[in-house]
Amino acid sequence: MSDLLKLSLDEVSAKLKGKEVSATELAQEAFAACQAAQPALNAFTAFDEEKTMAMAKAADARLARGEGGLLEGVPLAIKDLFAVEGVDTSASSNILKGFKPTYESTVTSKLWDAGAVFVAKTSMDEFAMGSSNETSNTGPVVNPWKAKDSNESLTPGGSSGGSAAAVAADLCFGATGTDTGGSIRQPASFTGTVGVKGTYGRTSRWGVVAFASSLDHPGPFAKTVKDSALLLQAMSGHDPKDSTSLPNDVPDFAAAVGQSVKGLKIGVPKEYRVDGMPAEIDEVWQKGIDWLKAAGCEIVDISLPHTKYALPAYYIVAPAEASSNLARYDGMRYGNRVEGKDLNDTYEKTRAAGFGHEVQRRIMIGTYVLSAGYYDAYYLRAQKVRTRILQDFDQAFEKVDAILTPAAPSAAFGLGTKSDDPIAMYLNDVFTVTANLAGVPAMSVPAGLDKSGLPLGLQVITRALDEETMFKVGAAIEDSAGFGFKAEKWW
Amino acid sequence: MSVTADDVRRIARLARLAEPEDRIDTLVGELNGILKWIEQLDEVDVEGVQAMTTPVAFPLPMREDKITDGGIRDKVLANAPKSDEGFFVVPKSVE
Repeated sequence: MSDLLKLSLDEVSAKLKGKEVSATELAQEAFAACQAAQPALNAFTAFDEEKTMAMAKAADARLARGEGGLLEGVPLAIKDLFAVEGVDTSASSNILKGFKPTYESTVTSKLWDAGAVFVAKTSMDEFAMGSSNETSNTGPVVNPWKAKDSNESLTPGGSSGGSAAAVAADLCFGATGTDTGGSIRQPASFTGTVGVKGTYGRTSRWGVVAFASSLDHPGPFAKTVKDSALLLQAMSGHDPKDSTSLPNDVPDFAAAVGQSVKGLKIGVPKEYRVDGMPAEIDEVWQKGIDWLKAAGCEIVDISLPHTKYALPAYYIVAPAEASSNLARYDGMRYGNRVEGKDLNDTYEKTRAAGFGHEVQRRIMIGTYVLSAGYYDAYYLRAQKVRTRILQDFDQAFEKVDAILTPAAPSAAFGLGTKSDDPIAMYLNDVFTVTANLAGVPAMSVPAGLDKSGLPLGLQVITRALDEETMFKVGAAIEDSAGFGFKAEKWW
Repeated sequence: MSVTADDVRRIARLARLAEPEDRIDTLVGELNGILKWIEQLDEVDVEGVQAMTTPVAFPLPMREDKITDGGIRDKVLANAPKSDEGFFVVPKSVE
């Protein structure tokens, strides 16, 4: 492997536009790197070499004519939740195994319109339900990072674990993810990558397998803050096919990167200092505070009093929406069918065989909290708590321009160490889930390594529609952190 | 509130999930663990608070009421577990 794949998206774009490298060569390298890493990292679920090379060839033709979009010729990996025409799209679930969409998701369409080249589909927790990528029907993805002096396989986080691992291992220049409770930001934190979700509705959900519709945010993984801004920019924009898609113009997000943060007010919420949090998380948070202070920001102590209720509220709202969304998998129009003695028996057998345990557990919770007699006590109450969480943010943003928190309560943990305890697993999203409930933009930026050499991320949250401030602050952290660490290659 | 084995069987039926008998006890334990954890929401004062159904705080446009898609029967059927002569084939549902 040459060093080309180690470049950032922005750097390789310049080389493509300057004809120093062709899209075809780049696609070949990325494709070969993904294939070579697959036995060790298990990050991918599908390849289509013919498609990859055809897209690269078309990009070369456009580049030769001096045309070329924002991402012309850049190889990207796509989470298995996005429909890519003609390529297996199964949400890492057996119920959809072999499903080949006859259509393209809006987000991937936009990426291809900007010139990007498809390189692989990435593994994820089944239906995006998980925080460790262990519920994938193709088995866990392995984090390219290992702790110092240890050979233990670590989780890349989840649910978008394959995308995070692919970007962290320099197998491609960016990847798509989806973030319903932290499924982009927690894996980004675990793999030393940048992970972003924009304002709810910035990126279309059309053609993305639905998990919890009012919480699902498609977004990018990238190597740098600027790359993530370029990717989010290409992915965003109004889509008439998604009724919750925002009609607002998409700003030039990348232009915000590098702008001064002087005078910005940065909120530090006391409720994010949770019990049992490793001291190193606290330390990296304090470093972030110091960096932003040194860059001219004003640090303001704030309170988001309902933070501790965000996760339990989420574990009512998300399963409720999921149980409704996943009702479509009945083995009739698509997906796999298990024949039973009558129609109901066929439904029940199909769904029991097709869904894994975590998905079944969430469908059961969702069904229960929506059922007669429990709706008010659980679902309606959770929706009201969700309003309280939004109000917390509204009040905070009267005083500050951005909020700084840790991205995850720990560094990457060992595969298998939390899979027996659902609540311990759910707690991974304790810092990220609030931004999903409120629909505000949030990103994770690599900020440092813990004492065992594993990456830790910081989270920046801003007002709805103010991704630009988020990118500004994210870039300031990136600058000060001088992260630049990569997992040592063992795969 | 907590669920019993019978509740779990009823929920599984509602959700159209064939849960084998040897999974029921495990599910009772798991669901009760989660429900107990969720109960902390009872501490929150939600008096007079409106329920939030969407994070979109802006007016969204209505699209024109016209047909924008269609005539793609074969594409629609392409992933069907069973189809015949341009139709989905499903189990008999009316006796």
